Amino acid sequence: MVKSGTLILSVAARLLMPLQLLFSLFLLLRGHDEPGGGFIAGLVAAGAFALYLFAYGLTATRAMLRVSPRDLVGLGLFLGVLSTLPAWWNGQAFFTAQWWTVPLIDYKFSTPLIFDIGVYLVVLGSVLTAVVALVENDRD
Amino acid sequence: MQLAVLGGFVLAAFAPLLHRWFGERAGLVMALLPAGLALWLFGQLPAVTAGQTLVFEYAWMPGLDITLTFLLDGLSLLFALLISVIGVFILIYAGGYLKGHQDLARFHVVMMGFMMSMLGLVLADNLVAMFVFWELTSITSYLLIGFNHTDPEARKSALQGLFVTVGGGMALMAGLVMLAIAGDSWSLQALTDKGEILREHGLYLPMLLCVLGGAFTKSAQFPFHFWLPNAMAAPTPVSAYLHSATMVKAGIYLLARLQPSLGGTEAWVTILSLVGALTMVTGAFLALRHTGIKKVLAYSTVMALGTLTMLLGIGTEEALIAFATFLLAHSLYKGALFMVAGILDHETGTKDIAAMGGLRKAMPISAICAAVAALSLGGIIPLLGFIGKELMLESVLHAERFSNLLLIMSVAAAIMTLAAAAIVALRPFFGARRETPKPPHEGPSTMLTGPVILAGLSLVFGVLPSLVSPLVMSTATSVHGSAVESYLSLWHGVNLPLILSLISLVVGLLIYRHWERWRGWQAQLDPILNRGPEAAYFQFMNLVVVVAEWQTRMLQNGYIRNYLVMTLLILVGLTGHALVFRHDFDLDVALDVRIHEALVAGLMVAGAVTACIMRSRLASVAAVGTMGFCIALTFVLFSAPDLGITQLLVETLTVILLILVLFRLPRFATLSTPLERVRDVVVALATGSLITLLILAVISGEQLPSISEYMVANSVPLGHGHNIVNVILVDFRALDTLGEIFVLALAAIGVYAMLRFHADEYDAAKQRLPHEEYLDG
Repeated sequence: MVKSGTLILSVAARLLMPLQLLFSLFLLLRGHDEPGGGFIAGLVAAGAFALYLFAYGLTATRAMLRVSPRDLVGLGLFLGVLSTLPAWWNGQAFFTAQWWTVPLIDYKFSTPLIFDIGVYLVVLGSVLTAVVALVENDRD
Repeated sequence: MQLAVLGGFVLAAFAPLLHRWFGERAGLVMALLPAGLALWLFGQLPAVTAGQTLVFEYAWMPGLDITLTFLLDGLSLLFALLISVIGVFILIYAGGYLKGHQDLARFHVVMMGFMMSMLGLVLADNLVAMFVFWELTSITSYLLIGFNHTDPEARKSALQGLFVTVGGGMALMAGLVMLAIAGDSWSLQALTDKGEILREHGLYLPMLLCVLGGAFTKSAQFPFHFWLPNAMAAPTPVSAYLHSATMVKAGIYLLARLQPSLGGTEAWVTILSLVGALTMVTGAFLALRHTGIKKVLAYSTVMALGTLTMLLGIGTEEALIAFATFLLAHSLYKGALFMVAGILDHETGTKDIAAMGGLRKAMPISAICAAVAALSLGGIIPLLGFIGKELMLESVLHAERFSNLLLIMSVAAAIMTLAAAAIVALRPFFGARRETPKPPHEGPSTMLTGPVILAGLSLVFGVLPSLVSPLVMSTATSVHGSAVESYLSLWHGVNLPLILSLISLVVGLLIYRHWERWRGWQAQLDPILNRGPEAAYFQFMNLVVVVAEWQTRMLQNGYIRNYLVMTLLILVGLTGHALVFRHDFDLDVALDVRIHEALVAGLMVAGAVTACIMRSRLASVAAVGTMGFCIALTFVLFSAPDLGITQLLVETLTVILLILVLFRLPRFATLSTPLERVRDVVVALATGSLITLLILAVISGEQLPSISEYMVANSVPLGHGHNIVNVILVDFRALDTLGEIFVLALAAIGVYAMLRFHADEYDAAKQRLPHEEYLDG
C-alpha cells in the first residue's frame, strides 16, 4: 500500500515534487500581498511530501527529508516565539512587527516573515508527523 | 535590591556549573550571596529602626498595576535578616551534611531558589508579586521535602505538603483578589492605611476566611498541622531552614503584614487566638508522643507557630512585642536544635532519641549547643526564649478576650514544651551511654558553625536584650500600624508570669522524668488521634480519586461520538438559549440567489445527505469531499481566495489521511441501535438549525460596527501587506496564530503518541510508575 510502485505515479512524483516545493515557497513569500501565506504553503509542501511517500515509500521519504517531521514542528514553534523578541528588544509591546530593509536588493525583511516561516514549518511538520506515524503503524 | 533577589534565581540555575568548578565548596561560594545580602540588610538597620520605611520601586507590568516594588520596614527586615543569615549557615551546613551526595548540585539549585522566593515573599509590596513568591516557596519546598525521591515515604510527604499548602494558596489567591477589590489597591503599603474601609467592607468576612485559609495551611495551624511533621522526611538542612525558620513562618508573616488592615475585629481576634492556642497545645502535646528527634522538634515548631498566631490574635501592643521577640527567639533556637539533630543523625546513624544516651563526651560542642538552645526553647532564664515566654504570658494575662482560657492553654503548652526541650537536649547527651548504629564522634566544623552561632546568639540576646530591642520594637510597630515605644529587658521582677514559669519548669521536668510512662499513657489515645485531620486528608484524597474516576468514565470515555454529542448539545443549549432569549431578530431576509450559487448549495446538501445514508466508507468520504469542495467554491465565489485555497488543500490532505486510516478499519457495520440513531439525528438537526439561525441573526440583526474596516484601512500602512488575511494572521492577530500553531503541534504530538503507544506498553509503564502513593495512609 505504502509504496505504490506504479510507473506513472513514480515519474509524476519525481517531476512534481520539486515544482510543488518551489510553489510552496512561492506561496509563502508572496503571501503578504497576494493569496498565500505560511499555512497554505505548509499544506502544499506537506502534499508534496505525501505524494513522494506514496510513490517511493517511507525510507526514501525519510532520506529525502533528512530531519524528523517532529523536529520541524519544534523548529517552527521556536521561530514563532523568536519573532516576538525583537519588539521586546526595541522596547515595544510584545509581538509588535519589526521591519528592516535589506540594502542593495531592497528587500523588506520582517518579523512577520519569520513568524510565517514558523507557521509554515509547524503545519508541514504536523501533517507529516501524522502521515508518517500512520504509515509506520501499517508496517507492524 | 530586586537585582540581588532575581540574581539569586540566576545563581540557582548556575549551581551545577559552580559544582563543576568548585566541587564540594560550591555551597560556600553560593553562601556569599545571602551573606552579602545580610550585610547590606544590617546596613539598613539604623534607618529602619529609626522608623523609616524603605521603598525600592520597580515597575514590573505597569499596564496591569503589578509591581516588583520591595518594601523594607521592621517586619520585613526582621524576616529578611533571618532568611539570609540562617540561609548562610544552612548552605554551609548542607555542605557537610550532604557531603558526597550525588544530587548535591540539585539540592543547591532548589535551596537557592527557595531562599530567593522567601526573600521576595517577605519584601514584596504588591499582592500579585507576593503571591507568586508564595507559590514558588510551595513548589521549591515540595522539591526539597521529596529530595530523597527514591524513598516512597518522602514522595508521599512531599505531595501531602504540596497539596495542603497549594490548596491553601488557592484560597489565598481568592482572598487577595477580594482584598485588592475592597481596598482598591494591589499595594500592601496602601492597604495598610485603608484598615477602616476594609474592616467595614461587605467582603470582609469571606476575604478574611480565604486569607486565613492560605496562612493557616502554610503555617501548619490546626487542623492543617499534620503536613509539617511529615515533611521531616526532608534532609535535615531543609527541615532546619524551611520547616522551622522560614517557610512555615510565611503564613505568620502574612497575618502580621495584614494585621493593620484586617486585624482587630471580633472575627479576627476570635479565630486567631483560639486556633492559635489550639495549635499550640496540640503541637506541644504531640511532641511528647514521638521519639524521633526531628518529629519532636517539628511538633514543637507547630507549638511555636500556634503561639505566634495566638499573639497576633490578641493583638495588643504588648502581644505584638511578644510576637516579635518570640519569632526571633524561635528561629534562633529551632535552627540550632535542628542542626544539632542533623549532627546526631549524621554521626550516630539514628534519629531515635530513645536509642541515644550519654553522647556528651563524644560530642561536647553539640551537647553545649543543644543545651543552650533547649534552654531557650524551654524558656529558661537568661535566654532570649525566656523573655519571649514571659512577654507571651504577660500579654495573655492582659488579653481582652478569652484571657483565662488562653492562660490555661499557654501554661499547659509551656509545661509540655519544657518537657520536650529536656527530651531533645538532655536525653541524647546525658545519662547512661547507649550503643548507637555508628560509633559517635563530633560533627565536622561546617556542621557546627551554624548551631554554635545560633545558640550563641540566643544566649547573647537573652543577656543583652538591648541589642535586639530596636529591631523588635520596629517590627512590632509595623505589625501594630502605629509606633510602639518600649524596650526589652531580661528581668521583670517577681510577678505572675515568673511564678507560672517556675511552675511549668517543675512540672515539665517531672514529665521528662516519667516520659516513658507518659508516652504509654498517650499511646492509649492513639485510636482517637488516628481519626484526626490527617485521616480526613486521606479520605478527601480518596474521594478526589473516586470522583475523578467517575467523571472520566462519564465524560472522558474515549468514544468520539459521545464527545461530539456532549459538545454539540452544550453548544446548542448555551448559544441557543442566548439567541432565543436575549436576541430579537426578524427572519425576514430578502434572498438574492443566483443560479450558480443555488447549484453549489444544492450540491452541498446532496453531499451531506449522501454521506449519511451510504453504506460504504469510501462513498461517504467522497460525499464529504464533495461538500468540502463546494465550500471551497463558495469561498471563491464570494472572493475569499485564501480561504478557498486552504479549504482545497485541507480537503486533499484529509483524503490522504483518510486513505491511510480507512483500510485499517474493520468492515462497515451498523453498531448503533435505532434509538441512538434517532438521538444523533436530533442532535445533528438541532446543531444545524442553530447555525442557520445564528447566520440569519448575524445578517438581519442590527450590525455592530465591523472590525474589518480597521483591518482593511491599516493593512498596507501598518502591516505593509496587501493580503489582509495574511496580515491579520501574522501581524494584527499574530498572538492568536501563535496559540494556534502550538495547538497544531500538540495535536501532532497527540496523534504520534496515540499511534506509537500501545495498550500493553501503557500497562507496563503504569507498573513501573505507581501513581497511587498518596492513597493509603
